[in-house]
Amino acid sequence: MTANGLLQLAFFLGAIILLTKPLGAYMARVYQGERTFMDPVVGWLERLIYRLSGVNPAEEMDWKANAASMLLFNFLGLIVVYALERVQQLLPLNPVGLGAVASDTSFNTAVSFASNTNWQAYGGETTMSYLTQMAGLTVQNFVSAASGMAVLTLFIRGLARHSAETLGNFWVDMTRSVLYILLPLSIVLSLVLVSQGVVQTFSPSVSVPLLEQTTDASGANVTQQVIAVGPAASQIAIKQLGTNGGGFFNVNSAHPFENPTPLTDVLEMLSILLIAAALCYTFGKMVGDTRQGWSVLAAMMIVLLVFTCWAYEAESNGNPKFPSPAVDQTTTSLNPGGNMEGKEVRFGIVNSAAWAVATTAASNGSVNAMHDSFTPMGGLVTLVMMQLGEVIFGGVGSGLYGMLVFVIVAVFVAGLLVGRTPEYLGHKIEAYEMKMASILILIMPLTVLGLTALGVILDAGKAGIANPGPHGFTEVLYAFTSQGNNNGSAFGGIGANTPFYNLTGSIAMLISRYWLVVPTLALAGSVVKKKLVPVSEGTLPTHTPLFVFWLIAVVLIVGALNFLPALALGPIAEHFMMVH
Amino acid sequence: MIWRQVRTASVALFLFTILTGLIYPVLVTGIAQLVFPHQANGSLLEKDGKILGSGLIGQPFSQPKYFWSRLSATPNVPYNASSSSGSNYGPLNPALLEAVAQRIKALKQADPQNEGPIPVDLVTASGSGLDPHISVLAALYQVPRVARIRNLSEDQVRQVVGECTEGRQLGFLGEPRVNVLKLNLALDDIGRSEGR
Amino acid sequence: MVNELQAGKQVVGSTSDQLKNRPIALTGEMVRRAVGDAFVKLNPRSMARNPVMFVVEVGSALTTALWIQALWGTGEAPAWYIGGVSLWLWFTVLFANFSEALAEGRGKAQADALRRARKDIVAKRLNAPRHGSPFEIVASSALRKGDVFLVEVGEVISADGEVIEGVASVDESAITGESAPVIRESGGDRSAVTGGTRVLSDWLVIRLTAEPGGGFLDRMIKLIEGAKRQKTPNEIALNILLAAFTIIFLVVCATLLPFSIFSVAAAGQGTPITMTVLVALLVCLIPTTIGGLLSAIGIAGMDRMIRHNVIATSGRAIEAAGDVDVLLLDKTGTITLGNRMATEFTPAPGISKERLADGSQLASLADETPEGRSIVVLAKEKYGLRGREIHEISAQFVAFSAQTRMSGVDIQSDGTSAQRIIRKGAADSMRAYVERLGGVYPAAVQQTVQDVGRAGATPLVVVENKEVLGVIHLKDIVKGGIKERFAHLRRMGIKTVMITGDNPLTATAIAAESGVDDFLAEATPEDKLKLIREYQRGGRLVAMTGDGTNDAPALAQADVAVAMNTGTQSAREAANMIDLDSNPTKLLEIVEIGKQLLMTRGTLTTFSIANDVAKYFAIIPAAFATTYPALNALNIMGLATPQSAILSAVIFNALIIVALIPLALKGVKYRPVSAVELLRRHLLIYGVGGLIAPFVGIKLIDLFIHAIGLV
Repeated sequence: MTANGLLQLAFFLGAIILLTKPLGAYMARVYQGERTFMDPVVGWLERLIYRLSGVNPAEEMDWKANAASMLLFNFLGLIVVYALERVQQLLPLNPVGLGAVASDTSFNTAVSFASNTNWQAYGGETTMSYLTQMAGLTVQNFVSAASGMAVLTLFIRGLARHSAETLGNFWVDMTRSVLYILLPLSIVLSLVLVSQGVVQTFSPSVSVPLLEQTTDASGANVTQQVIAVGPAASQIAIKQLGTNGGGFFNVNSAHPFENPTPLTDVLEMLSILLIAAALCYTFGKMVGDTRQGWSVLAAMMIVLLVFTCWAYEAESNGNPKFPSPAVDQTTTSLNPGGNMEGKEVRFGIVNSAAWAVATTAASNGSVNAMHDSFTPMGGLVTLVMMQLGEVIFGGVGSGLYGMLVFVIVAVFVAGLLVGRTPEYLGHKIEAYEMKMASILILIMPLTVLGLTALGVILDAGKAGIANPGPHGFTEVLYAFTSQGNNNGSAFGGIGANTPFYNLTGSIAMLISRYWLVVPTLALAGSVVKKKLVPVSEGTLPTHTPLFVFWLIAVVLIVGALNFLPALALGPIAEHFMMVH
Repeated sequence: MIWRQVRTASVALFLFTILTGLIYPVLVTGIAQLVFPHQANGSLLEKDGKILGSGLIGQPFSQPKYFWSRLSATPNVPYNASSSSGSNYGPLNPALLEAVAQRIKALKQADPQNEGPIPVDLVTASGSGLDPHISVLAALYQVPRVARIRNLSEDQVRQVVGECTEGRQLGFLGEPRVNVLKLNLALDDIGRSEGR
Repeated sequence: MVNELQAGKQVVGSTSDQLKNRPIALTGEMVRRAVGDAFVKLNPRSMARNPVMFVVEVGSALTTALWIQALWGTGEAPAWYIGGVSLWLWFTVLFANFSEALAEGRGKAQADALRRARKDIVAKRLNAPRHGSPFEIVASSALRKGDVFLVEVGEVISADGEVIEGVASVDESAITGESAPVIRESGGDRSAVTGGTRVLSDWLVIRLTAEPGGGFLDRMIKLIEGAKRQKTPNEIALNILLAAFTIIFLVVCATLLPFSIFSVAAAGQGTPITMTVLVALLVCLIPTTIGGLLSAIGIAGMDRMIRHNVIATSGRAIEAAGDVDVLLLDKTGTITLGNRMATEFTPAPGISKERLADGSQLASLADETPEGRSIVVLAKEKYGLRGREIHEISAQFVAFSAQTRMSGVDIQSDGTSAQRIIRKGAADSMRAYVERLGGVYPAAVQQTVQDVGRAGATPLVVVENKEVLGVIHLKDIVKGGIKERFAHLRRMGIKTVMITGDNPLTATAIAAESGVDDFLAEATPEDKLKLIREYQRGGRLVAMTGDGTNDAPALAQADVAVAMNTGTQSAREAANMIDLDSNPTKLLEIVEIGKQLLMTRGTLTTFSIANDVAKYFAIIPAAFATTYPALNALNIMGLATPQSAILSAVIFNALIIVALIPLALKGVKYRPVSAVELLRRHLLIYGVGGLIAPFVGIKLIDLFIHAIGLV
């Protein structure tokens, strides 16, 4: 670690904290239907959408109707993306003339983008036509993120209201998420990114001469460099802001056209966490006690900070297997040093580690360095961040509602510890809530561990493994951890574009997104009916440092305990093999 | 009830497809092409109306007279800018250690006198396979070789390196780095003007 | 006589302490019985009620099968090792069963004691529901609800019923442990009798209110024996969470086998993890500590109530007690001593203090209420007026009646003095009385009356003939230490509300003196009910005590309703707890026991889960020692061999259950501090302690089994 490295981290995290309140307060106004400065710009559009789609914005629905709306909307989106991929060769905006995408890849991709995972089994520039990228994938980037935000808003209303039946209207919350939050931020961010060098054009590619000619794998001379370009900036902005993470190019934000400068890097990193962080404040505002939001954010921040430092330290230490002293891995102001395999010089160690932790903490999944080439401990950190259930920031919306489920579990046990039936925000936490919370906590490890077991037993699974030894196991574990948590990043070496991985991965993504939405909304539907339990001296406050500490402990224990044996056979074994 | 929902879902999806799938990227492209045409089209380096490459995309170099870029693991050909890729080698992968050893050997062969330690970025593959940069130390490490072959003084070469060095953005963001393509183009320029 | 007995009971706050120490001590017999029961409970059908321990039992059976296989020489590991693991897994189950049996054992002993009181006896069934009607002798079991029977001196009441005729003193020590007899009489609040109690004097005609076997005593026995024990809401919620953990760890262990097989292939060395180790890991990871002790905790909570002489009709009620936000407390007997005492005489203008004292004493000579006697005593102590015997003076006493609302004495003129008609009573009735006689009610007296009331005392005005002598101050004596107790409750977040029939002025003063948060003055039963509903509408849980029939609606409404055992049948039926001591202060202890119950569960859950960390450090390096020897770096405890590591973890896991049985039965010590403070304290002890303890424990066990050469 260097002073400059820590300064960059401080700047990044400080910026998030500074932006949390203004953006969070704005979003609270948006979701509470209050007037904002954006009303004159998009108000008419909002009303038009309601009128055309037959939504009565004043109509509220219970949890079941909301869940049905969300599932239906996402299901339709999934079908449209699948169809677009299968017939893209017949449609316009396909300048390179890419053919139809294979059915298993198409299905995996459709599920992936609808579920806000954005796992990419394919290389963007070689598989998807511009039309598919724009009308299929970019649209899902918006609406899957907005769906998550809408579900969160419904969930928050469940906690904010008492003795009520309805949670709000999914269509309204979803529409307002797109029009008032995601779209304006995306436009601004994409233009800033273009100014730094991110490409945004409809021409297919440019050809430039090589200064020094080279030979390809077949020995033929190569004198030209064909550079893929395209409308990247507009997709990158929303993939970051909406914690989607699906890159325009294969290597995602490691590509110089997706992430050309340190400034774009920090802005894109900020965008990963920004909305998720600000939603904490929105939550506090909507339940009428901003301290509740800050304490949840504090728990997220602390975990993020600790794990970022851990990964940063691990990557800085470099690879002891490299010949020494022939290779200089020390970090100086002239040499980024550390484990540079799979990393870009312009970002160095600190920004690569910080990004890796941020993208796995949030269920973003975009990368600016290759996680597969991280040191074992660096890779372990990214795995753990996902295995905590994507609740440290997590996906926009989904991360916070996941975290609030952990809060409920923490409140439950803490309530027992202080000898009082647990309550959170004036709602008694009883058997039904614990049943839903248990389902929510249970499903993810079952999916991830079960499918990983399948992956390392079946030949179809083992065939995709790229690296030998424990690292190969980690690749499979990472693939299902990522998809089973709607993250989308990968240990990229794995050959996952096979029917086996495409199918099992789709199952993981479907379960982790949609199976979890239902109990989440059911939980909200249950607490919203409860009578308000007034706060007294005996009530355990959920905004104290002690509770924040306890919440972190619950998240870590529940997350880490489930996966420790698996991690021992992957990164932990690899780590001790590397250092000994 | 359910049909009403299906209608709502279909119409909403259609409207959002138009809005976010077409209007949004077209709008952004329009503004970008208008305001930042250079950046939006790939930050191409031009001289005398001739395109020389992209300022953001690296190129492969193996001749001793050029500064070498980082290793690239793109398929088919290094620095294949239509198919970006990293090596995805795990830290204990023998293939990684072999690639590092090969690179060390190549560097030593090109410059046997140089006994100094090699900066790590010069022996490892970048994440994109297109990294246009090397670290300042990696450039300085190559200065004696390039100077000798080009019959330039090391100070002269170091000065060009200095000119092609990008510092930390805003003074603290990212790492100081050297754009290899720009550096090599600049060196060729010196050679051409001196040869004239 | 009646009053005296009642008074005696009202001030028995102290005797309840002595009763508390009537616990059934753990005897060798009980332990022996529990050991036997532990084996009986191995029956899978009874184990299935507890998913965590059921999994352990299945694991034990599996390892036993593996052990037998190993004995035949084809085992996956040495037979002694599999056998050792298997043995300790069985111990884990047995220890958990033992804890439950032990908790039940105490209850059983208590139930046996009660059952002795309910011997099969005969009853005198009356042909007509009145004393003196002919009766036939029948077995008590032949009695049916609605039958009327006679109980006479020395006889045992055969079943629960209501007195319809007669007054008698009854020995209820069989139920309450209280040796002082209580009065039972027809009508009013003391008409309920309990089967198994003995009539000490006089006779009673009783109408049966419960079928035989369905009486109070029977219900109590059933409750204590745990036959009717249902899981409480929090216990259900906790069980769900524990089941979730169990399922997760099941999958963690099940998937570890393929992971391990793959790893052996990838590393090119070692052998896959054995079933024995997988089962050991599973049992160590699932929350066996809390899972094994959970039902013991619940039973022990019920048992603690019983030792406080409180019978809860359900575990739910005990749990609710821990959540109570508002306590409605009757002033008399709970906040103040049962009786008001005369503390001062304030004479009317122109009257000497001595004359007032003399008049007051005379008027109270025949008044056997504690208030009356306190007036006599005060006059004697302060003014040296000797208590005169009633027969010394030719006097005729006028008892208090609801119509006149005054009492006093008429002393015949004996020639030397005129006839004296002395009356004392409440201020307003005395004023009316004086004015009716044409006397003057001085303004100063009026003022004194108001002052006394404002100070929280009750004024009694004394009048001789038609002249007002002055005012007696009758003061409520607030119980010692009650203020601190209320402060504790406040820190726990519990609001105390005093219920009193006094006027608001008096109530304010007593409320201030005792430190209650709020009060309801001039309370009627309807007011009480209304107040409870109001609090409940605000989301609060309300607890109250009551004894009278008119308390029944409020008792039924309250979340935690404690009926006095001396109370009426209807009150006892409306309540969900019955206090055998009939001590209204008991509510405070009930709340603490309820909290203790939840806390014990919470702390042991935290402890159990925190333990897993150390177990991982013991088992993981051992399990994969042959595949990835590098993982031995995780063996930070330096355990001797892989076998000893796994055996030590399993042994620790079993022994910790035994070690925590006393805590489970006794409950976590309750401290009246804020929620944050309590959480901090318990996280430190049971969370951090739970992280550290197994590291130490497993290491010690490893050292031991290594030293004795087992591994």
